[in-house]
Amino acid sequence: MSASFEFTPENKKRFEEILRRYPTKRAAMLPSLHLTQEQEGYISPEAEQYIADLLEVPVVDVREVVSFYTMFTRNPLGKHHIRVCESLSCWVRGSDEVKETLEKELGVESGGITEDGEYSWEVIPDCLGACELAPMLQLDGYFEGNLTREKVVELLKKQAASKTSGK
Amino acid sequence: MPIVKNISEFFGNENARSLKWRLEHGGYESARKALREMKPDEVTETVINSNLRGLGGAGFPTGRKWSFVPKGTDKPKYLAVNCDEAEPGTFKDKYIVEWDPHRLLEGIIICSYAVGIHTAYIYIRGEYVRPFERLEQAVKEAYAGGIIGEKVLGEDYKLDVFIHRGAGAYICGEETGLLESLEGKKGWPRLKPPFPALVGAFGCPTVINNVETLSHLPGIIKNGAQWFSDLGCERNGGSRLFALSGCVNKPGVYELPMGTPMKELIYEHGGGILEGRKLKAVVPGGTSSAVLTAEEAEMATLDFDCLAKLKSMAGSGAVIVLDEDVCMVKALHNIEHFFSHESCGQCTPCREGTAWVFRILTRIVEGGGTMADIATLKNLGQNMGGTSICALCEGAAMPLRSFVSKFEDEFEYYVKHKRSLVEDRKRNAVAV
Ligand SMILES: Cc1cc2nc3c(=O)[nH]c(=O)nc-3n(C[C@H](O)[C@H](O)[C@H](O)COP(=O)(O)O)c2cc1C
Ligand code: SF4
Ligand code: FES
Repeated sequence: MSASFEFTPENKKRFEEILRRYPTKRAAMLPSLHLTQEQEGYISPEAEQYIADLLEVPVVDVREVVSFYTMFTRNPLGKHHIRVCESLSCWVRGSDEVKETLEKELGVESGGITEDGEYSWEVIPDCLGACELAPMLQLDGYFEGNLTREKVVELLKKQAASKTSGK
Repeated sequence: MPIVKNISEFFGNENARSLKWRLEHGGYESARKALREMKPDEVTETVINSNLRGLGGAGFPTGRKWSFVPKGTDKPKYLAVNCDEAEPGTFKDKYIVEWDPHRLLEGIIICSYAVGIHTAYIYIRGEYVRPFERLEQAVKEAYAGGIIGEKVLGEDYKLDVFIHRGAGAYICGEETGLLESLEGKKGWPRLKPPFPALVGAFGCPTVINNVETLSHLPGIIKNGAQWFSDLGCERNGGSRLFALSGCVNKPGVYELPMGTPMKELIYEHGGGILEGRKLKAVVPGGTSSAVLTAEEAEMATLDFDCLAKLKSMAGSGAVIVLDEDVCMVKALHNIEHFFSHESCGQCTPCREGTAWVFRILTRIVEGGGTMADIATLKNLGQNMGGTSICALCEGAAMPLRSFVSKFEDEFEYYVKHKRSLVEDRKRNAVAV
């Protein structure tokens, strides 16, 4: 973990392009934080300071935003992150089973990371906007639905296989 | 009433995302017509006459909302497109953005031209990764193809469209929470007035419209106000996308005329209840709406006025079906977990109210509830609405009041026996 944070040259260019979309610098906050998280995997205190300097706002303003939005994380996640929806439509279609299966297969509770650092997962009380696929989860942001115990196990297997085949 | 295909025409068609294909299939003809043949006020007038109402949840007449934006101002004006889509049960805007993003962009052009807007921001929830990618691709193609940018469709009109990704906060769907988030802050809703039409994004006049609302504009400009208003029922123009989910055989998005019987959506289009079970209740417009009993649902029609008469609301068009095997105590617990998690914490009745409701319901579900808890829940339901900055608090109170009053026997049984009535029934049925 490096003590300092800086955008890569490519991301610096993207940041400049982002600034042009808005009449104020501050408005570039969310896109800049997304960019940071994309680059580092999480948002460190150093990164918060870096963004604060770029946007010319006090660092507490950045911290406040980071802690308000659930998708921003101040801690590293697993290489792959899974979010399980347990809102109403998923719950009536069996999200409990999805939760139990993940807990068993990954060996960690919601909010944790597997020992090898491959996976982290969490249960979300918010609807993820794919209730037609209930019960569903997001794997690295993409929807996987109509889940059963078997399907979850298969999904994890497929993910592991794609890794060993170098994909 | 049969399914209609005004805005769902190309759902499921892989070609429709490409600009070239879309231009060959009617894309941007209405925007061209508006820019070339109509005055901005004429466009607004047409939309007013069409009876198009906001499909994000509140149902406010769209054309009238535009008419509140001042004409002779030297400030820039903005359009904020609401694609936050986070009301539990709602997933319809995703279909538009994923399958037919150019219809949305065309709607954005039409609205912007009518109001005199030159910058539009599409606020899309952060969790929508693939929808974002497809939208981004469409915006890129539209710029490259001269559809938007310095000269919209080659006409002397400038329009920039930018996509702004949210980062996981339901409250950013509330229009002023959205504006705060757009400005780079936490999504704390603003006190109104002033309304966004006067003081919105960056202190300037702003129109906020839902993705689906805007996507109806090309059809209205093409076929006329009368056509749209005739499609629906009185004061509820046109068709609308219904997101059907829960205990039905065919969950999905169905476009139906306003005023279609709810029964038809559930049984005909949705293929009926799972495993032939009995319908118990319907949450008719996202979890902020009051739950309907099976009897109420069987008489309801899908429009703003009918559902308001039933003391519920059409909301975001998210119809969640609950069957006889669903424990209503646990279902309410699930809903209120969401609201307590999503209250932004600015207003005491909402911050404290949602937290207490969730805590009490957790106690009941875990078998430690008392009859006094039920009374407290009823009391909270009466006191949480109407005293806060935004409608989230009322959105938490609506399900609370309706679940407890309409299914009181289940709450009482749970407290007395420390178990769910529904689960006991199921267990007994198996034992017999
Ligand atoms: C808590 C809360 C959440 C909301 N979420 C959304 C949303 O996700 N999408 C949306 O279009 N409208 C949402 N709304 C409604 C908006 O405030 C606003 O009425 C709507 O975007 C206006 O567009 P329309 O007139 O086209 O419906 C929400 C309202 C509240 C109170
Ligand atoms: S009602 Fe609730 S969500 Fe809305 S502003 Fe107040 S505390 Fe925030
Ligand atoms: S309830 Fe799970 S995606 Fe909507």
